[in-house]
Amino acid sequence: MGYQKDVKSLMEKEINKNLENNQSFIVNDKHIFFRKIYNILFKTSIILFSIISIIPLFLILFYVLQKGITAIDWDFFVKLPKPVGVEGGGISNAIIGTFLIILMSSLMSVPLGVGTGIFLSEYQNSKLAYVVRLFVEVLQGVPSIVMGIIAYLWVVRPMGIFSGFSGAIALGMMMLPVIIKNTEETLKLIPHSLKEASMSLGVPYYKTILKVVLPSSISGIVTGVLIGIARIAGETAPLLFTAFGNPFMNLNIFKPMNSLSLLIFNYATSPYQDWHRIAWGASLFLIVFVLFTNLVANGVAKKWKVEF
Amino acid sequence: MESRVLEIKDFSMYYGDTKAVDNISMDVYKNKVTAIMGPSGCGKTTLLRSINRMHELVADTRTTGEIRLYDTEIHSISPIVLRRKIGMVFQRPNPFPTMSIYDNVIAGYKLNGIRLKRADRDIIVEDSLKKAALWEEVKDKLHRKGTFLSGGQQQRLCVARALAMKPEILLLDEPTSALDPKATTKIESLIEELKIYVTMVLVTHNMSQAARVSDYTAFLFLGELVEYGQTQKMFTTPEDKRTEEYLTGKFG
Ligand SMILES: Nc1ncnc2c1ncn2[C@@H]1O[C@H](COP(=O)(O)OP(=O)(O)OP(=O)(O)O)[C@@H](O)[C@H]1O
Ligand SMILES: [Mg+2]
Repeated sequence: MGYQKDVKSLMEKEINKNLENNQSFIVNDKHIFFRKIYNILFKTSIILFSIISIIPLFLILFYVLQKGITAIDWDFFVKLPKPVGVEGGGISNAIIGTFLIILMSSLMSVPLGVGTGIFLSEYQNSKLAYVVRLFVEVLQGVPSIVMGIIAYLWVVRPMGIFSGFSGAIALGMMMLPVIIKNTEETLKLIPHSLKEASMSLGVPYYKTILKVVLPSSISGIVTGVLIGIARIAGETAPLLFTAFGNPFMNLNIFKPMNSLSLLIFNYATSPYQDWHRIAWGASLFLIVFVLFTNLVANGVAKKWKVEF
Repeated sequence: MESRVLEIKDFSMYYGDTKAVDNISMDVYKNKVTAIMGPSGCGKTTLLRSINRMHELVADTRTTGEIRLYDTEIHSISPIVLRRKIGMVFQRPNPFPTMSIYDNVIAGYKLNGIRLKRADRDIIVEDSLKKAALWEEVKDKLHRKGTFLSGGQQQRLCVARALAMKPEILLLDEPTSALDPKATTKIESLIEELKIYVTMVLVTHNMSQAARVSDYTAFLFLGELVEYGQTQKMFTTPEDKRTEEYLTGKFG
């Protein structure tokens, strides 16, 4: 066929050109020498850069560990905060509060986010998908303090009370884009042939998505949720006017609730030496939690990965 | 005479404005292998996928004409019901990666939420794997993942998965094109053996494969059915000049 001839002659031209270039390259020893030098220089500098960028993290970890480790003992986890001046006590209310708020945020944002992610990957080219993707992008860029204010205006004010619930809404909105994007990206990697296999057995579309596509991408989705959790675990600003904080143990989600980040904020800005120590302890706990969540996320991504 | 399972009548299929299958009429006979042959892009896959309405997964497609399974027009019933009667094996083996070999075979029931007794399930799995000539190789590792198998074994697993639904027709779209020669031979002899259970429509690029395994051959060219008839006759005394040219390797 005509076009095949054209392609052939084009390819020949290309090959000839390359040959000519190569020849002028090969004869020149100096060239090779400098190329090697550049290679080594480039490699050393990128290694150097990556070491420089992890130094701050190490310093922070080391500092927080040094400051916080003395505050941590058994009581730290199981006791309630003591009034100023009284020795001992713990931060159990803040730990429980943080976990409750994370749980509520996840319950809200996981179904919404996974559903939206499915939509975006299934209807990649629809107008609505384009709009949704744009909004998700913007949502990701909204400052966390704004999320807090919004939750205050829309939830705290109408309900007339600060609450863990309103805090969870603010944090859920921050988790949402992470989960949506992760789900979408994961689902896009699922080969089309898998869906076809299911549909060709007479399995309806929705069952194909729920029973074939989702289970095959579970590792990516769970990883996304964990990364989302790691992202919100230490957020303070969205909780300032929502969960508000609470010196007592509170399990009622419609009442003010303490969280690790709020406790750190309140204690670190107080004038008391003792409270500073507890704030460092809580920081250490929070950092370890985030680190651990990330490690689990990596583990899940590897271990549960489905081979096609 | 042969009894007819499928009747394709004046059937055309469009992707948007492009006609990929052009006014095709042909019959498919019971317990026979019908090969669809032709150069790349002539509409073989499109025609095959129209038979179990898998083309509907592609947006903006349109068909005219009729396809009848026995006496039912396939567009008059739900695609879900239709696809349980007309199974499909794809170009690349595609077992469900999250499922064991056992669950892959029974997947059509499981995913559809059809409940079966344990004993019935066992029977279907064993029976289907035996028909797909895979039983001996996997009977000791039914609960391992299907994706651990070799490419050829995976393809036979996919055949077993389709057979488990007890289909009237099995559609095969170049089922050996991703396999090595040895695995290909296995699939080919499998197709021969399966004839007693199921009617098959086989798309193939490979002329000698069509000659080896099929009873009837359809030759498609640019979306049109150029020639259709008994394989033996078509390969020895083709009626159309284009068929002859294709068979002698002048194009394609
Ligand atoms: N999803 C699609 N959207 C638009 N056009 C398509 C689509 N799939 C196939 N076509 C077109 O329809 C025509 C027939 O394609 P088809 O895949 O049926 O050919 P084929 O005979 O199976 O080819 P091959 O031997 O390469 O598999 C081709 O011209 C192709 O470009
Ligand atoms: Mg094809």
